[in-house]
Amino acid sequence: MSTAARPDGPGTMAALALGDDALILAQRLGEWAGHAPELEEEVALANIALDLLGQARTLLTLSGDEDELAFRREERDFRNVQLVEQPNGDFAHTIARQLYFSTYQELLYGQLAGGTEPLSALAAKAVKECAYHRDHAEQWTLRLGDGTEESHRRMQTALDALWRYTGELFRPVEGLDVAWDTLEDTWRASVTGIVTQATLTPPEGPQAAPWAAGAGRQGVHTEPFGRLLAEMQHLHRSHPGASW
Amino acid sequence: MSGARSEWPLWEVFVRGRRGLSHTHAGSLHAPDAQMALRNARDLYTRRNEGVSLWVVPSAQITASSPDEKDPFFAPSADKPYRHPTFYEVPEGVENL
Repeated sequence: MSTAARPDGPGTMAALALGDDALILAQRLGEWAGHAPELEEEVALANIALDLLGQARTLLTLSGDEDELAFRREERDFRNVQLVEQPNGDFAHTIARQLYFSTYQELLYGQLAGGTEPLSALAAKAVKECAYHRDHAEQWTLRLGDGTEESHRRMQTALDALWRYTGELFRPVEGLDVAWDTLEDTWRASVTGIVTQATLTPPEGPQAAPWAAGAGRQGVHTEPFGRLLAEMQHLHRSHPGASW
Repeated sequence: MSGARSEWPLWEVFVRGRRGLSHTHAGSLHAPDAQMALRNARDLYTRRNEGVSLWVVPSAQITASSPDEKDPFFAPSADKPYRHPTFYEVPEGVENL
């Protein structure tokens, strides 16, 4: 049983959900370090990961002790959407995940920036970072989609494969004053626009897996999440309080 | 990507540190096209608040002087002190000359 803080109250739960999104995606993007197809792209992905890590630290601190929350919680206590925990796959999968999530995050933070403290301050700063993340994903979507036959095929495969995790993005999060319907409509128009411009086909079909017995916001995660968590937490669990 | 790897061209990056300064050469990078070069330059050369403006130029577009031409190009300027504006007095009160 984890001894980590169990935050409660809608405000801290919302900060926890958004903080977990950023933390887990940062961890995933960090896995590209040493493996990216080009040095320049590796730095770009690491940069995005560090932006997200900064957001995560602020958000988790709003919910409790950031280290306790990041390194001492069990899988079922994480509140991130399932999209961000999906494996990097090939580069196209990483870009598809970035496109779906950064478009969502920019719109979400854009709304929160006009809301109430303490989330509005973080959102106002982070929305500029998200805009850059979205631009990065869009630039690559255009190039992969309208690139070679193979890059087009891989990008389409990735967009289709991750589509089922996008429905969860628009389920209302308690404690967040957000117009979710507007968010979803704007998100869909934005993503569809780029995908079409990239000569790709906007995915059809359900935006949730048929077997989903819940979703990340309820602490239900997909199989790859366990391994991510093990890698992220093992040092802290093996050497509590380690630092350098 | 194995085929494309060697095909990404080289770009030279110029950063303007702040308003009023000129763009200064910061380094080079590889990118598939100009738009991506600009973004890579942002990530590689301005992430610690180094700049307010970026230029990227295809390295192939730069014509450089050759080391073989060093003497004809530059040596004649070494012994002509009269080309330097050091033979008149700077009026008092002129701070930035």
